[in-house]
This record gives sequence, C-alpha cells and structure tokens, in this order.
Amino acid sequence: MSFVDPTGKAIINGLQGGFPLTHRPFRDAGAELGLTEQELIEGVGELIEAGQLSRFGPLWNAELIGGGVCLAAIAVPPERFDEVTNLVNAHREVAHNYERCHELNMWFVVSAENAGRINEVIAEIEQETGLAVYAMPKAREFFVGFRVEV
Amino acid sequence: MLDAVDRKMIAATQAGLPLEREPYRALAEEIGMDEAGVIARLRRLLASGAIRRIGAVPNHYALGFTANGMSVWDVADEAVADIGARVGALDFVTHCYERPRHLPLWPYNLFAMVHGRTRDEVRAKVAEIAGLIGTELRAHDVLFSNRILKKTGLRIAA
Repeated sequence: MSFVDPTGKAIINGLQGGFPLTHRPFRDAGAELGLTEQELIEGVGELIEAGQLSRFGPLWNAELIGGGVCLAAIAVPPERFDEVTNLVNAHREVAHNYERCHELNMWFVVSAENAGRINEVIAEIEQETGLAVYAMPKAREFFVGFRVEV
Repeated sequence: MLDAVDRKMIAATQAGLPLEREPYRALAEEIGMDEAGVIARLRRLLASGAIRRIGAVPNHYALGFTANGMSVWDVADEAVADIGARVGALDFVTHCYERPRHLPLWPYNLFAMVHGRTRDEVRAKVAEIAGLIGTELRAHDVLFSNRILKKTGLRIAA
C-alpha cells in the first residue's frame, strides 16, 4: 500500500463526508482536523495527485440522477468467456463488469437514463450471446456506514 | 428528479470541487449562479439523497483495500429488512441491497459488498456478518472479483 502521511490520514479518516457548506469550507473543515486552510487544500491535492483519493467533492447518487441501474449476471461457459466479455462490454449502457468466482461468473451493471432501456439492453445481450441474463434489480437499499480507515 | 441546474452542477463537479479557498463561489461562477444559490442547492440535494455526501472519495485500491467480496445471503423474506439494516450499518460494508432470488441457481436475497486489504480479511468480516445474522441464516456465499472486465465512470448529459 502506498504511504499516507499524517496529514493524508487526517484527511482520509476525517473527511469522507460532512465537508462544510460555507464560504470558506477548507478553513472550517481544517479547523476540525487541526490543519490550516492551505494545508488542507494542498493535502487534498496531493492525495488526488497520488491517486489515493479518486476525487474530492459531492458523491452523487447515480440512481436519483435519473434513469435506472440494474445488476445482472450470466453463467458464461469458460471457453466463451472472452467472446461474451466483448459482446457485453460493447454496450455503452454497461458501466461496470466483473469476473467473479461462481457458476454465475460474469456480473455487470446496466445503467441508462431511460429506465425502460435497461430491459432492452438485457434482451439484446441474451440474443447476442444466446445465454440467460439474470437481472437482479435492487428491491430495497439499506443505509451503509462505510468508511475507509487508514 | 433533478432539474437542468442540478445537471449543470453534476457536470461541473464530476471531477470534484475546485481546490481553492472559495470552492462554491468558483463553482457558482462556472455555472452562472451566485455562491449562496449553489450552497442552498447542495444542501437540498444532500437532504434529498441525490448527493450521498460531500468530501474525500477514497480510491480503495490505491489505499491497499485490494480485496472485495460480494457476500450474498439467503434469509427469510420477513426478516430481510431488519437484517439488512443491521448488516449495512457495519463499517466495512459499502453497499447493501435486497435483490430477487433466481431459484434454483441463485437462492440469495441479500447482498453486502465487503472491502478489505486481503481476501482473508474479507472472509473474517463475512464470518462476522454470519454471526450477526445468527440462526436466521439459511445459506451464504462470498464471490470475489477475479478481474475487472470494464469500469467506466458515471456519465451524465449536462
């Protein structure tokens, strides 16, 4: 794991949410963390530069932004894995795709601004691959308390 | 639903907030609003859940959290709301959803994504979840990702 200095740790552990909605938010958040405004601005920039933060700002809820999102899985015969990967990934509505260790070995997320488009994409993938696509839309979302601690 | 101004804000903040002393004023200038208007709107979007939170978005992989396991659980439908709420509250669970079963291939109705530094750490956390669910647990599994086949960011038309 890449080294995180004490300033970086304070930022990562202390600022995964709750960034103030004020005129000088870096000054106000820095005061809570024991950092000056300038130290916080520079520290965030360095963490982004080092790739340890993906970014700093609002984390948007993709689903509320409009359209829909659906997790889906396919049991892909091993000898067809590369071919099916290419067919699935060719859809611009497929955002994420992972190989996982299970009989259902390909798991991907279909997202579209028009929610009706999701079922069309799933039907297209079934037709192109000749394989069943198991749609696993969320029935309920539970609040998560996740934080990375470094 | 979001309006045209919200969409402008999404487009303008997808790469993050400006790293300067008055980031909301800079954002306001970029999208042709005033600072107070931007702050009020962000407050409303946070309250509605359209923005989950504002702050540092860690890159799990770069920070050493390279193992991720999708833990999946078969629990009684009547119990899933209560169990899901308790599992989601654990600080190592990043996503927690109820989803439909596909019997007989897929008996699981609760999904909890678990991140850790190693697969063993993830397995230990999965065991912790199993203990939390207790006697209501009928079956579970954890699916590790062997490979990322595609990963693109959130895309939105401004």
